[in-house]
Amino acid sequence: MSRATISLPRTVAAHAVLLTYTVIALFPVVVIIINSFKSRNAIFRTPLTPPTAETFDLIGYATVLNQGDFLLYFQNSFIVTVASLFFVLLFGAMAAFALAEYRFRGNTLMGLYLALGIMIPIRLGTVAILQLMVASGLVNTLTALILVYTAQGLPLAIFILSEFMKQVSDDLKNAGRIDGFSEYRIFFRLVLPLVRPAMATVAVFTMIPIWNDLWFPLILAPSEATKTITLGAQLFIGQYVTNWNAVLAALSLAILPVLVLYLIFSRQLIRGITSGAVK
Amino acid sequence: MGSLNIENVKKAFGSVDVLKGIDLEVRDGEFVVFVGPSGCGKSTLLRVIAGLEDASSGNIIIDGQKVDAVPPAERGIAMVFQTYALYPHLNVRNNMSLGLKQIKTPADEITRRVKAASGMLSLEPYLERRPAELSGGQRQRVAIGRAVVREPKLFLFDEPLSNLDAALRVNTRLEIAQLHRRLSATMIYVTHDQVEAMTLADRIVVLNGGRIEQVGAPMELYNSPTNLFVAGFIGSPKMNFIDGTRLGETAKTIGVRPEHMTVDPKSGSWKGTVIHAEHLGADTNLYLDAEQAGLLTIRTFGEYRAEPGTTLYATPDPSRIFRFNDQGRTIR
Ligand SMILES: Nc1ncnc2c1ncn2[C@@H]1O[C@H](COP(=O)(O)OP(=O)(O)OP(=O)(O)O)[C@@H](O)[C@H]1O
Ligand SMILES: [Mg+2]
Repeated sequence: MSRATISLPRTVAAHAVLLTYTVIALFPVVVIIINSFKSRNAIFRTPLTPPTAETFDLIGYATVLNQGDFLLYFQNSFIVTVASLFFVLLFGAMAAFALAEYRFRGNTLMGLYLALGIMIPIRLGTVAILQLMVASGLVNTLTALILVYTAQGLPLAIFILSEFMKQVSDDLKNAGRIDGFSEYRIFFRLVLPLVRPAMATVAVFTMIPIWNDLWFPLILAPSEATKTITLGAQLFIGQYVTNWNAVLAALSLAILPVLVLYLIFSRQLIRGITSGAVK
Repeated sequence: MGSLNIENVKKAFGSVDVLKGIDLEVRDGEFVVFVGPSGCGKSTLLRVIAGLEDASSGNIIIDGQKVDAVPPAERGIAMVFQTYALYPHLNVRNNMSLGLKQIKTPADEITRRVKAASGMLSLEPYLERRPAELSGGQRQRVAIGRAVVREPKLFLFDEPLSNLDAALRVNTRLEIAQLHRRLSATMIYVTHDQVEAMTLADRIVVLNGGRIEQVGAPMELYNSPTNLFVAGFIGSPKMNFIDGTRLGETAKTIGVRPEHMTVDPKSGSWKGTVIHAEHLGADTNLYLDAEQAGLLTIRTFGEYRAEPGTTLYATPDPSRIFRFNDQGRTIR
């Protein structure tokens, strides 16, 4: 930005707006985290104050971590999210490349068909999906979740990525063809690196709903061995008594991995396209 | 080695006919330039020759061998693109050598060829740099280098200079001309720049709407265009076309090049008023609104003082007047 365009009142106003938004967005998260370190009484009496020497209590974390299976739930969530993400990005990018790069009969129709899933929520098909999983013996496996989430993530991934792939220079791909590259090599070595920021965007959009989902784990994989973290945290919410310490601690812990993944992808987002190849 | 035959090549995208039957023979070692207005199918024809696009019908024969089913990498061609199309993640050396590695050329042979090409194009100081760290002219030289190391039978250039500024364009044009002389390779070059076409070509192919209008040496096209289109397309400023009936001629259209007219303040064939004068230093372009002939462009050599509004008489050189019939064909 050039210096001349910055005026003080504008800068102040812009910062005020952004700071207000940040505070609003972070407030619930902060409340969860500070309360997760407090004793039960303190949570109810002074929910908005940070833990002091008296109210500081790790009972929530102790409960969660002693709850034996909690690490397993974590692991399940992690496996499901990472595997689904991998397949969504791989197949999404491949389909997007085909739609963007090759002219074939029904190309547009295929694109529309693949984008349909953006408008129709996959949960509408829950009953059919459950029947399918029962029939194929996949109930209570992580595979079931990975399959469903891959299907859920693909439409948006294809939609976004094919737009970006259309912008990759034809000349570059053709130069690769003349140098004797296979179409796979062109895809993996020339095109994918150039759409990396788009891939990171798609990754973030795909990952968060999967990590947070309660619906499909509850329906398809509620067994002890396949519970995900969001489902596991429900353990502490009872109809009459809720173990708030444990719930808050579980939620705080659940934020961590997804935060790490987000940081990894956002670095890609910021790094941007390796420019200079074309023009 | 390095001849090219194009036999009745047609190409349609869906229902749009882009190439409508192209026949062309390019001899070994020839420099052929494709020119034509935007959208006439020059790039498409080049891509069909390269094998990046399949022809709807017709044959491409490189070096006596039919290559319709041969992938681009095995046709013995190299192509230089308008947008350079360098591999962004590789340095200059690897950009040049990647294609050779792909076909398992021995390492010392690769080193030798890269060395020769980078010497020829003065790229030695930049071998370890990435494309992002080069200027436009340097990038285009790398792209040319990448083509040279392949030692192809046939070079294909698609408007390689159009992203460069004027001075660089002249330099790189010279380099391409020297390259052609040194390698005596067959080259096909697409441009819509008059000067590039006239200066580089052994023969120019004028394309229009997916058809070849005329093929010939630059001066042949300039001196005896077969039709109105070629007459108007070759030469700058553009040829003046005058309605034949206004001059009492039998031909439908009369054509005179701006440089084939003289002006005089007192007498001449066509009386007119100066609308505008462009002073280019070496010559002056006069725009004259003539009573009989309509708007005329006249190119006079050297400096010519003429204020807008003055009356001048233009006289065409009678031996260099072109006449065209109803179909736009030249009457000889
Ligand atoms: N992939 C494609 N699908 C549909 N039409 C195409 C495709 N590629 C080119 N065309 C059409 O073919 C025609 C010729 O295109 P081409 O790129 O060969 O023109 P050109 O002579 O190279 O023009 P320019 O001088 O602007 O580069 C154009 O009308 C273009 O719209
Ligand atoms: Mg073109």
